[in-house]
Amino acid sequence: MTKRIISILMENSPGALSRVVGLFSQRGYNIESLSVAPTEDVSMSRLTLTTLGDDEKTEQITKQLNKLIDVIKVIELSNSVFIERELMMIKLKATGSAREEIKHCVDIFRGQIVDVTPTIYTVQLVGDSDKLTAFIHAVDETAVLEVVRTGISGLSRGEKVLSL
Amino acid sequence: MENLSGGDLLTRALTDVGVELIFGYPGGAALHIYDALFRQNKIKHILVRHEQAAAHAADAYARVTGRVGTVLVTSGPGATNAITGIATAYMDSIPMVIISGQVPSARIGEDAFQETDMMGVSRPVVKHSFMVQDPSEIPIIVKKAYYLASSGRPGPVVIDIPKDMTDPNQFFEYRCPNTVSIRSYTPTVKGHGGQIKKAVRAVMAAKKPIVYIGGGSLAGQGPELLTRLVKKLGVPVTSTLMGLGAYPGTDEQFVGMLGMHGTYESNTAMHNSDVILAVGARFDDRVTNKIEKFCPDATVIHIDIDPTSISKTIAAHIPIVGSVESVLRDMLKMIETSGKSLDTSALNSWWQQINEWRDKHGLYTQNRFDTSGMIMPQEVVQAVYEVTHGDAVVTTDVGQHQMFAAQYYRFDKPRRWVTSGGLGTMGFGIPAAMGAQLANMDETVACFTGEGSVQMCIQELSTCTQYNLPIKIININNQALGMVKQWQDMNYDSRYSEILYEDSLPDFVKLAEAYGHVGMKVTKREELKDKLKECFAMKDRVVFMDIYVDPHEHVYPMQVPLQSVGDMFISRTERT
Repeated sequence: MTKRIISILMENSPGALSRVVGLFSQRGYNIESLSVAPTEDVSMSRLTLTTLGDDEKTEQITKQLNKLIDVIKVIELSNSVFIERELMMIKLKATGSAREEIKHCVDIFRGQIVDVTPTIYTVQLVGDSDKLTAFIHAVDETAVLEVVRTGISGLSRGEKVLSL
Repeated sequence: MENLSGGDLLTRALTDVGVELIFGYPGGAALHIYDALFRQNKIKHILVRHEQAAAHAADAYARVTGRVGTVLVTSGPGATNAITGIATAYMDSIPMVIISGQVPSARIGEDAFQETDMMGVSRPVVKHSFMVQDPSEIPIIVKKAYYLASSGRPGPVVIDIPKDMTDPNQFFEYRCPNTVSIRSYTPTVKGHGGQIKKAVRAVMAAKKPIVYIGGGSLAGQGPELLTRLVKKLGVPVTSTLMGLGAYPGTDEQFVGMLGMHGTYESNTAMHNSDVILAVGARFDDRVTNKIEKFCPDATVIHIDIDPTSISKTIAAHIPIVGSVESVLRDMLKMIETSGKSLDTSALNSWWQQINEWRDKHGLYTQNRFDTSGMIMPQEVVQAVYEVTHGDAVVTTDVGQHQMFAAQYYRFDKPRRWVTSGGLGTMGFGIPAAMGAQLANMDETVACFTGEGSVQMCIQELSTCTQYNLPIKIININNQALGMVKQWQDMNYDSRYSEILYEDSLPDFVKLAEAYGHVGMKVTKREELKDKLKECFAMKDRVVFMDIYVDPHEHVYPMQVPLQSVGDMFISRTERT
């Protein structure tokens, strides 16, 4: 079982997302992450989701996704070279000497502090999932107050595009 | 152009897509639609007694005619009652459109009276669903719904219509294109030429081939093309429960149904084959038995319009995505122009082998059941087959009687066998018979059922009275839930958990009479045929035949669980 990244171009219409999600739950497949938003053409949405599966299972999932009427195109990004990015916002307790340490760590990870109070830093970080996870491990665990991650978004490298 | 209310837009659009018959049941949220129906005269509405029956009747109408069946129900319980019927159609890929009333848009989500999220509840059992959000879109949605239901791999489509969308005081222009296209929906019809060539090569090189057909082969010209191909090749053909009738059932080359209760010769031939040509079948678990032991020597060629059916359970060596019609036509052309035929001596010895299996345990060469005691269920099917000259439209409920009907009623023509295969829905038989009868009032329609199943939609006897639907109900009464009993006999040391009615069965003769029908009880072998003749001679009456049969009989052959396709119990005492 390996991590699979599936990219879907679909109609931006009510119920479309629930059909995609329903397909996973009704077959007992788990969705690890999911991100979705309209494309440059607002009648369509682009959705990236990650799931765990072997080749056979993933082939069946992509075929089933293709069968949904609202789904226009499906590719498994992780089948070839691709770029993945995820955005994380993390709220950290930052007092005393920790303020400097956190600031240092944010610089190393090329993140940004986007909100500051006398006791709190809110950090924004973009990268692949592993980098975001590494940042969480790099800061003092007890300082972490809240984490929100967008889930992976991805594109194929090179000229390959997912469009109508 | 005159402007119409939402309700009138709907009936107009339904008329334009060719709907002549709707099965339904009115209620609060559907009142505007029912009023629009009242004010037109092109569409006939059949008032059922329970929404489940509306869906089954529309489903059977679709199976018999090849057209889309139409259902109209109200919100809440009306919609949820229809769900079993929708799921039945979904599992068997039957084209159907279900129009459900919904509470007014402004009330959705407020737990309004008779509110159910029909889009959500039906989602796993529909091909697609629409909720109307603007009345002017009703015609285009209707057009899309019928297109989706009937194209590609067919299936049920729901249109949920909030009550305000059919407001009689708001008017809209009727706008509907002649054709619709959906950018995200382009079913592959034409098979890949290279794949077809490969398939033909594999078939022509086969020494022990078998054609395995399913419900998909009934589409369009499928049966005709299939018969031509099988005749041309001279190969054996077997069918799933769903595919019966796509190839003539009494033809020499037909080796019977395969699967759990398939014939000995078909299952054995499948297991020993070297090439399987699967046509519109989906390698269902009732066919394959244990996947790992499935047909070890066979090259699998799989033709299906639905890519998800291919290599879902059994990996296809040569997959062909496309309509059965188009692919078979291409295959035939290729074979006919090549002028080649199969290796005659190999094919002859294959047939010799198959005929030996046929003689040994076949169902039709001699009776495989004991006729010394009570009437046997198989005899009932045989007798009905003879009395109706094998030319009735047959519907069934679910259980032992269904399997006996599938085994012993041999269909020479397509679309005359109506059974719930995938979902196995008890209660299907009577409403299905109504739908089949309405599709053609001149046909003889027989419903094989059991005293268990028949009570699940028995209320429809009243609908039969109202619309003069002279169906013949053949109740194979074994006084127990027979199929469950068989499994309890075989796997639970005959511990009969909850399968007996303890003298609570109704007097079916009186029950039939109470609805204005004819009822007959048969208990003796000597009178079986005469009573059946009497029954089928009453062309304009519903006749309920309550036929008491041996309560201990099992359905055989039966595949041994978790074994190969060809591993079967032949009788209580014999195993392959």
